Amino acid sequence: MSEKNSILLKNGRLLDPGAGREGRYDILVEEGRIKKVASEISSPGVATLDVADCWVMPGAIDLHVHLREPGFEYKETILSGARAAVAGGFTSIACMANTSPVNDNSSVTRFILEQALAAPARVLPVAAISREMRGETLVEMGDLVEAGAVAFSDDGKTVPNSKLLRHALEYASLFGRPLLCHCQDNALFADGVVHEGLVSAAHGLRGIPCLAEEIDIARTIMLAEYLGVPVHICHLSTRGGVELVRAAKLRGVRVSAEVTPHHLFLDERAVADLSYSEDLDQRYRPAQLVYNTNTKMSPPLRSAADVEAVRQGLADGTIDAVATDHAPHEATEKAVEYDLAPFGVIGLETALSLVLHLVDEGLLSPLQMVERLSLNPAHILNLDDRGTLEPGMAADITVIDPDAEWVVDPEKFYSRARNTPFAGWRLKGRVVKTLVSGRVVFPFDG
Amino acid sequence: MVFKRKDLLGTRDLTADEIRNLLASANSFLEIAERPLKKVPALRGKTVVNLFYEPSTRTRTSFEIAAKRLSADAINMSASTSSVVKGESLLDTVDNIQAMAPDIIVVRHRHVGAAHLIAGHIRASVVNAGDGANEHPTQALLDLLTISQHKSLESGLKVAIIGDIAHSRVARSNIWALTTLGITVRVCAPPTMLPREMEKIAGVEVCRTPEEALEGVDVVMMLRIQLERQDKLLFPSIRDYARIFGLNRQRLALAKADAIVMHPGPMNRGVEITSEVADSDRAVILNQVSNGVALRMAVLFLLGGQGS
Repeated sequence: MSEKNSILLKNGRLLDPGAGREGRYDILVEEGRIKKVASEISSPGVATLDVADCWVMPGAIDLHVHLREPGFEYKETILSGARAAVAGGFTSIACMANTSPVNDNSSVTRFILEQALAAPARVLPVAAISREMRGETLVEMGDLVEAGAVAFSDDGKTVPNSKLLRHALEYASLFGRPLLCHCQDNALFADGVVHEGLVSAAHGLRGIPCLAEEIDIARTIMLAEYLGVPVHICHLSTRGGVELVRAAKLRGVRVSAEVTPHHLFLDERAVADLSYSEDLDQRYRPAQLVYNTNTKMSPPLRSAADVEAVRQGLADGTIDAVATDHAPHEATEKAVEYDLAPFGVIGLETALSLVLHLVDEGLLSPLQMVERLSLNPAHILNLDDRGTLEPGMAADITVIDPDAEWVVDPEKFYSRARNTPFAGWRLKGRVVKTLVSGRVVFPFDG
Repeated sequence: MVFKRKDLLGTRDLTADEIRNLLASANSFLEIAERPLKKVPALRGKTVVNLFYEPSTRTRTSFEIAAKRLSADAINMSASTSSVVKGESLLDTVDNIQAMAPDIIVVRHRHVGAAHLIAGHIRASVVNAGDGANEHPTQALLDLLTISQHKSLESGLKVAIIGDIAHSRVARSNIWALTTLGITVRVCAPPTMLPREMEKIAGVEVCRTPEEALEGVDVVMMLRIQLERQDKLLFPSIRDYARIFGLNRQRLALAKADAIVMHPGPMNRGVEITSEVADSDRAVILNQVSNGVALRMAVLFLLGGQGS
């Protein structure tokens, strides 16, 4: 590490729940690590960054992104995804295994890490649970962990075979690596495209019942409970799912969970009309029809009651983390019939501002926001040098202007993809600087 | 009479006035079928493309006859395979059609929202002739026209729609159109074919049994049961379905004495409706077909006549 990785951040409002600090602090970074945090630091000769009026937090960590490389570079690359990440305040991103080839062996993991050398964010490869994600045989977990895999997931699919899932949980616990479980009962999910509820009833789109998710969450929790091992539930979207996780935590099960920004801010009505009004009229009647395929993802946008439940779950700590499930697709892939569009939306460049909105609403305190975005994700992935800005930790830092207002314009994204459901939204709070290992990696012009 | 829309995509967002205007216009076209020369020059020089991604005899023929009686040039394009199988996207296909400068595209497609996708993309007017299980607006409008020939639409009518509600665009378009006019709608389906939260949609009444739904209604609409649903575990057998949900004379007796019986066709005789009922003087099923031509003439005329 060169001197470039030494920097003094002055006058910012530090939000560091891991260190129990909230308030005006100066932060001295040396050789890419936190050297000192104090109310007044003077260090002549070190580059100083005045971040007065800004919030300073340990870099956000996204447990759940799809970077599409190798295999689908036309959608996103490791570099473009990592640029989107740091532009959105994420300094570490865990990338899912459903590439082509699937990240189910150490050479793919090494390839990802090699590509990531040029990327501005830390890229954490998540390996598949089963070979080719077919749910039939386990990957070589030891070899993958040695190559740098931080977790295991067949995300996008469930592991239908409970015996295989059991053995995966057992085997992964040997390495202290979590399973990130995409919970979905395939038979109940069937060929659904939207939440089974108002919109499926009104528009004849095939529904995906909450039950498809909850049955599998229950199964996954039961396995983890029986085995006494940790497990992480991806993209919780239903009230029933929140209740299952809440009850499991009360019983002492080592379960953690994440929620996406879109499941916190949009409900099923966004499928048919993005400009829907806030009234929860019992007699639902959409005014205008817009089958916007940027509202199609798995799990789907749920009911208003489910949105309320995941918000409460996030606020009371049942849900540990916000993760984007950033899923880039090319524009023409989404410019098709709703049934035929691929599942998934992007989120890296809008997530932080949306979570800041929850702070504005009073749902989360600023410290809780940082817990959900950085501290808890670091714990879930056992990243012991991140998630807080104590001396000795990696100097991964996100600096936010909490008052900056901006309008989401997908054309300005650093991601290759544009498939966001939040286009045109007016958001408050924006990343002004992102540092990884003490180096300013965003803005890109220095 | 002006129809201030580029497209007819559904009945869901039509106002009561728009519906009444469409019915009035259709009424004025009814007598053309009685003429020895069944043709008026209203859409001379206009091109109507029937783009059918699903097999259809009745609806496509009805649109074609309607267009021809208005002197439009009607072209039928049937795409037997989906756009995906052909390797061309739906929007690429319609770009190609648009390049040939049609005035109206009538589209039927197996996927919800296909007509909306096209309509938002091209200049030509689009008529939705059925998009998946979503809407089939001309069917609902011709059903209303048929009802209006037997009943006053303003007299507090009750309509029962019985059958596979979940997969029926006919049911949805009728629900929107009927309720917009203040008509009471009851729906009844096997629980496996009744959408969850149906009772929250447009104020329909959900009935558990056909007997409950039929009690005192003015109009009975039976839906076609698609036999392949049996393979998807939605009902155990045709025999069982016919026994529990089929319309027979005994069940029809629960409706008002002058209740009419409708069916969008094609009928499965002996399944959702007995021949005895289908061929009785209570049935107005063939009137629906005749009315379909006049109604579609009205729709094409109102959409295609805007430029002139």
